[in-house]
Amino acid sequence: MAKRNMVEALNLALRQEMERDPSVIVLGQDVGINGGVFRVTDGLHARFGGDRVLDTPLVESGILGSAMGMAIGGLKPVAEIQFDGFTFNAMAQLEGNVSRYRSRSRGRWTVPLVLRFPYGGGVRALEHHSEAREALYALPGVKVVIPSGPRNARSLLVAAIRDPDPVVFLEPKRSYRAFKEEVPDEEEVGVIGQAQVVRPGTDVTVVSWGAMMRPVLEAVENLAGEASVEVVDLLTLHPMDVATIATSVRKTGRLVVVQEGYRAFGPSSEVVAAVLDEVFWDLEAPIQRVTGYDVVTPYFARESLYLPDSARVQQAIRKTLNP
Amino acid sequence: MPAVTTFTIPYLQVLDEHGRLDAKKDPRPSREVALRLYHGMVRAREVDDRLLKLQRQGRIGTFAPTTGQEASSCAPALNLTDRDWLVVSFREAPAQLMRGIPLFRIFLYNAGFEEGNEVPEGSRTLPLAVIVASQALHAVGIGQAMNLRGEKDAAVLVFLGDGGTSQGDFYEAINLAGVWQVPVVFVIQNNQWAISTPLARQTRAETLAQKAVAAGIPGIRVDGNDALAMFRATREALDRARSGGGPTVIEAVTYRMRMHTTADDPKRYRDEAEVEAWKAKDPIPRFRGYLEKRGWWDAAREEALVSEVRKEIDDSVKEFEAEAERLLREHPDASFDHLYAVPPAALKAQREEFLRRVRGEA
Repeated sequence: MAKRNMVEALNLALRQEMERDPSVIVLGQDVGINGGVFRVTDGLHARFGGDRVLDTPLVESGILGSAMGMAIGGLKPVAEIQFDGFTFNAMAQLEGNVSRYRSRSRGRWTVPLVLRFPYGGGVRALEHHSEAREALYALPGVKVVIPSGPRNARSLLVAAIRDPDPVVFLEPKRSYRAFKEEVPDEEEVGVIGQAQVVRPGTDVTVVSWGAMMRPVLEAVENLAGEASVEVVDLLTLHPMDVATIATSVRKTGRLVVVQEGYRAFGPSSEVVAAVLDEVFWDLEAPIQRVTGYDVVTPYFARESLYLPDSARVQQAIRKTLNP
Repeated sequence: MPAVTTFTIPYLQVLDEHGRLDAKKDPRPSREVALRLYHGMVRAREVDDRLLKLQRQGRIGTFAPTTGQEASSCAPALNLTDRDWLVVSFREAPAQLMRGIPLFRIFLYNAGFEEGNEVPEGSRTLPLAVIVASQALHAVGIGQAMNLRGEKDAAVLVFLGDGGTSQGDFYEAINLAGVWQVPVVFVIQNNQWAISTPLARQTRAETLAQKAVAAGIPGIRVDGNDALAMFRATREALDRARSGGGPTVIEAVTYRMRMHTTADDPKRYRDEAEVEAWKAKDPIPRFRGYLEKRGWWDAAREEALVSEVRKEIDDSVKEFEAEAERLLREHPDASFDHLYAVPPAALKAQREEFLRRVRGEA
């Protein structure tokens, strides 16, 4: 096994899938010779050449729209958009075509592509480079995957590439180089649609995903001895693994949901609604949500004040235990 | 087959890279105007140097350097009147400064403060656009508002980059500009590189100016490192726009001497020899030579200008750092400002909770 950060783990997934399947290609801005602005595609152009690692002009809608055509045309494109804030130029393609092509063509034409991009704050970047808007991609016909660490990033990207449907793959850029994990060279294929209980507990369930998993685990660490916390990492946002969440809340009777992005109409709302649907009578305390505020993503000078942190998570856990 | 249509793209250069003047094309700016332009260019270069130092010291964040593009950014902005509008993208600090955006705001923006976007009261200037080419449509809309409201003698100047010309928004903007005959001047900063993508991989078109042809509007290619050519081309285009003559696309051929942003390493994809070759075309010494020949400039004035500008920058850095410190202390909740004309109750409650927490009261 080798220790790898998330960038290296994603790079490994891409490299191995491209070796395994000649129909897998990569396209995006600066993904070739430059290796991607975060270096996720580093070395792929040298290894596989310009016909499989395509540097595109500055065209987000073009990247996703043409990737869809390539998918229909028999390739498995892995399209990169440079930053979260620039994906919105491609939203017309995602909503209007990519998400619904299997349906529109009554199963005749399918779109097995991956749209990957870095998301979220915490890296002191410019406007539109720190957005956490993951709910906006959760369209019927699309799967939304968000890894939280190097190992699941690698295995889930492999799964996303092999998935027969379009997968939007959000990479927590704050976690790109923040820590390393053992990531084996041998193949590991994640399961899309499956959440993971990353830490068992009995008193309260905390549900989160992506970059928020680190402050969540830190908070749980800080509460050791005070509370037995079960932590669920969603990993796939859409379709959501309600069964795993419900099983946990049925056991603990208490729920905290932690979301980086602004509060209104976010994934945390969906988690809460699902829990109310499934296990309302098992709840022992009001549900707590730790989220961003309903404001435009703050510029970086103040962003750390607005991003949920372990202190807020701890406070929310205590609140569910002492309602 | 007979040709249905053909086109030519004019090229304007007044002062070549060796400092030779094409006197017939000289727009002959007054001494006062020429010196203001030169001041703006030197000031912008010094600001860029300082921004780079501040970034390396961790006192500001990532920014997009402008060195090499002073002529193509300052000269168009110099031609604006107070009735004209300026719409910029993210690599146009020289134009913003020429327009009168206070220097400490530029520093503040690059240090990650929303307040860096504040435009002085009365100035028809938009905050910079990061979403590439999106601003081109806003410029067209402002121009069409002038048309519909019957506002005369004013124009809109909008900047974008060579990468921006690949975006759908750019094509939509020039198409609308042609259909609506708006008083808009598009200046495309063709600095040859969009991060690692060279122009030849951005488009197969021989020039960016010719993209105007498809929209039915005039396009001209200009030596973007020639301050006189940029001054003349934008003055003519703005005059035409103000007098009901419609839009123009100006391609300024220039060069991004530094990195895309400070998060970028051009050594991975660009040959240093190319950068060296463009150094010989630097717009600042070229224009200085012209001023010297006209007897408007000399070494003593140069020395005085540089020290004056550096003093101003020193003062602005102090002003910005004091303001940054004050804003963090006194106004952590700035993100709750200016979201709605009337803040909704739920947002007020969030703001109160935020402030209690930040002040350690919760």
